[in-house]
Amino acid sequence: MNLYDLYLISPQLAVACAGILVILLDLVFQRKGFLPYAAFAGLMVAAALLVVQSIDLADANDLVTDGNVRATGVLAGSLSVDRFSLFFNFLVLAALGLVTLSSVDYVKRMENFRGEYFGLMLFSATGMMLLASATELITVYISLELVTLPLAALSAFLMTSRSSEAGMKFLIVGAISSAVMLYGMALIYGFTGATKLDEIAEVVKSAAVLDTPFGGYALLVGVVLMLVGFGFKISTVPFQMWVPDIYEGAPTPVVAFLSVASKAAAVAVLIRVLFTGFFPIALDWASLIAVMAAASMTIGNLAAIGQSNIRRMFGYSTIAHAGYILVGIAAAVKTSGGNSGGPEFVSIGLNSVLFYLAAYVAANLTAFFAIIAISQRTGSDLIEGYGGLVRRAPFLAVALTLALVALIGVPPTSIFIGKLVIFTAAVKSGLVWLAILGVINSVLSAYYYVRIIRVMFLEDPKEREGSKTSPVAWFALAVSGIAMIGIGIAPGFILRAAEIAVGALAL
Amino acid sequence: METGFTGLLTAAVFLPAAGAVSILLLVRGDRNIRVVAAMVALADLVLTLVVFTTFSRDDGAQRFQFIDYFTWIPGETLRANYILGVDGLSAPLVALTGILGLCAVLASWNIKTRVREHFVWLLILQTAVMGVFSSLDLLLFFLFWELELVPMYMLIAIWGTGRKEYSAMKFLMFTILGSAFMLVAIVAVFLTPEVGTFDMRALSTSGTMLGAGVLLPLSALFWLFFIGFGIKLPVWPLHTWLPDAHTNAPTAASVMLAGVLLKMGGYGLLRINVGMFPGQAHQFAWALVTLGVISVLYGAIVTLRQTDLKRLIAYSSVSHMGLVLVGIGAIGITQGTLTSAGLNGAAMQLFTHGTITGLMFLGAGLVYDKAHTRYIPDLGGLAGRMPLVAAGLLIAGFASLGLPGLSGFVSEVLVFLGAFRAYPLMTALAVLGIVLSAGYILWMMERAFFGVRRERFADITDASLIEALPMAILVITIVGVGIYPAILTDVFEYGLRPIIALIPVAGP
Repeated sequence: MNLYDLYLISPQLAVACAGILVILLDLVFQRKGFLPYAAFAGLMVAAALLVVQSIDLADANDLVTDGNVRATGVLAGSLSVDRFSLFFNFLVLAALGLVTLSSVDYVKRMENFRGEYFGLMLFSATGMMLLASATELITVYISLELVTLPLAALSAFLMTSRSSEAGMKFLIVGAISSAVMLYGMALIYGFTGATKLDEIAEVVKSAAVLDTPFGGYALLVGVVLMLVGFGFKISTVPFQMWVPDIYEGAPTPVVAFLSVASKAAAVAVLIRVLFTGFFPIALDWASLIAVMAAASMTIGNLAAIGQSNIRRMFGYSTIAHAGYILVGIAAAVKTSGGNSGGPEFVSIGLNSVLFYLAAYVAANLTAFFAIIAISQRTGSDLIEGYGGLVRRAPFLAVALTLALVALIGVPPTSIFIGKLVIFTAAVKSGLVWLAILGVINSVLSAYYYVRIIRVMFLEDPKEREGSKTSPVAWFALAVSGIAMIGIGIAPGFILRAAEIAVGALAL
Repeated sequence: METGFTGLLTAAVFLPAAGAVSILLLVRGDRNIRVVAAMVALADLVLTLVVFTTFSRDDGAQRFQFIDYFTWIPGETLRANYILGVDGLSAPLVALTGILGLCAVLASWNIKTRVREHFVWLLILQTAVMGVFSSLDLLLFFLFWELELVPMYMLIAIWGTGRKEYSAMKFLMFTILGSAFMLVAIVAVFLTPEVGTFDMRALSTSGTMLGAGVLLPLSALFWLFFIGFGIKLPVWPLHTWLPDAHTNAPTAASVMLAGVLLKMGGYGLLRINVGMFPGQAHQFAWALVTLGVISVLYGAIVTLRQTDLKRLIAYSSVSHMGLVLVGIGAIGITQGTLTSAGLNGAAMQLFTHGTITGLMFLGAGLVYDKAHTRYIPDLGGLAGRMPLVAAGLLIAGFASLGLPGLSGFVSEVLVFLGAFRAYPLMTALAVLGIVLSAGYILWMMERAFFGVRRERFADITDASLIEALPMAILVITIVGVGIYPAILTDVFEYGLRPIIALIPVAGP
């Protein structure tokens, strides 16, 4: 390991160091108010390093393997620093930065462990950033655990029975799914003799593995078992059981972070593993993803309709959105028309997924920041407590309304363009049925999102004034809200970034 | 394709939204809010009238004028542009939006609750509708189409009467469902290899869509668009949201809903279903006429049974918007030459019905404000107490049943002239609908405004100046168009000529 290797993982190291530093500072200082800002500063350092890396990438596709000297580095094969990973690293950093700021009010209700709260968030983010770069199965596994374990602890942070239940559930379900995933990885290693994705791809392409007895099945079973682990993180059906409980019980900023960043990172690794490692057998797994997408959208939306707790409702809503994302992934594989009947790669499928994730990050964070601020005032997360909010807190009500309208997919918001590109990709790949199902689901989802708008605007206010929202939390809300509308009105920049990021996968 | 930037339409579209933002943030006091909203609406009306009057009808002029163009979404995934512009079809509808926008603001003068919000939503709504009529990019068109949802939902659900929340939700779900179908069709059009654009100017010129190899059959696209626009129009059997929404909406929302929102459906049918799928429109003209005639007759018969003043007007809208479909059906002609009469009548009907129904809802709103009931059997003898309102409703009623000299006559005659040459029997049935409309209009007037004077309406007052003003504006428009219809028909003719040229009529 030399300095250059350290440079390659410096953003991740910066985030991890910030995590340790915040915990230490918490021990040393009596006044804790500055901790979130310390965490934020650490993220800024990481962002600066990412900018340096992206400038460095100007004439290379991948900082790890490009150039003859560098290829011998210890990270070669296990990590990739390319525009694809940078896209997701920026996304995770942006999400965590905003969540940190919006936590400033929230952590005041915690007596102790404020340092640990931010520290664990940072550790989890480290895992997510590694996950976006991982190109080797063991690295994938370790990164995934690094994402999950801090989040399990964070889920239990409120020390209430619901919160503890959430943490426990997250830990157990997470452990089971990663065990299953590990078994899948073992199968793949057994039949291909490789853990690095590019080597696996060579074996899969050469069809040597298909000649061994049960080779083709074993490979597919391995992929499916890995999908269990990823599906758990992305929160798609049928691995969605944990979602509503954790969304209801865990601290709201943690849920906000979990819902966007962890989903984005898991999608990143899913794309990288499936598309760079197993594309030759894409015909087998693409239809599976399409079915998961259809089930996620439909079950998520149907279950969300009856919810009375807003966070639980968002739990189901996030399952539905995971479904939309999978539609894009399924759309990246065109089953017919390729050379010699093989799968054909449709880049706008993945473009649309990356764009949708950015759009979803902006919209969902806006919604959650508004929910955090509202629950500070009303002391409750029940939808009925939102009555007449527009007269008590007009700006919060408008922000939440815009976010909900965005989540339905109504223009001019980010997710409208996101859904548009995803369904466009689906139609282009011949998945017309999936596109139509997605559109019907969007209509269905309007019903429960609008219900909250209705309560805020039409019902009478309930007088219960809690603490005010601090300027920092307002700032986080404003940034995410402006991003949400901005991406909807001028999507060109993010769309271009997504195209470049997908181009880096070199498919 | 022209790519300049004139700025006039952009100003007309976004001025109300800018007004809404400034009302939200800057203006204090209910009185000031009203005044600012009225000033904004008036300024916007002036802008739209400038567009309408300076729109060049010369033979050599561009089809689409006042183009505002810049690249909106670059890249390979979606290629969309910000294109605003009007042709002869949309220029009068833009003017109509300006007129009714001002009327709606004036009709909201007496709103007492949540004044600021009311005007904010109303002005955003105006931006949305104006945007629909002037967008020339399908994605932008869809964006404005959806932008209208939330303001209208709020207007009905907050300031409405009766089962307002139910009606608002029903309106919302129907519209979202319709636009979902439309979105699928828009995406499919974009993905057609030979098309690859959202530019409606390119899509409306011959050869782009005709016979292109699409992902979905062209007739499927035609019907997907039709469902989206048909819900909005509304066409039987997709109309059920309309009576509820109209009945329970506040006056201003009713005026906008009946006056311009329904017209978005008719405009979409003419611009997209006929303009971009001329072959399919010709092929399915019989279906359009049939649906139109059913709407006309069903609407008229149901209207006869209504006892609620606003519900009556709402169902009459179903009947009269059916005429739009009958007029469009004129392109189903199989022999002889296709004249512009049918389509021109359909377009005229959009404009005239907008003004007439707007006026009717203004009158009905005033009756409800003052008499506190819309139940027709409870009313009676109001003409003596409120002569201005009665006169306004009477003029609207006469125009609606097609009295010569008023605007409704022109559009109805044109529709029947055009459709008769293609479907004589169907047209005869549709004329029956007009006879029925004479029945329900006169019966309603007789029961509500004439007949016995009721004691409890003794101290009822007539419309005040500010209440009469929007009615006066609409009366002037109705009479003006009735006396000199060429002011509109010429422009529509100019806009429809390129569309008609695309329709593949067999024969000489």
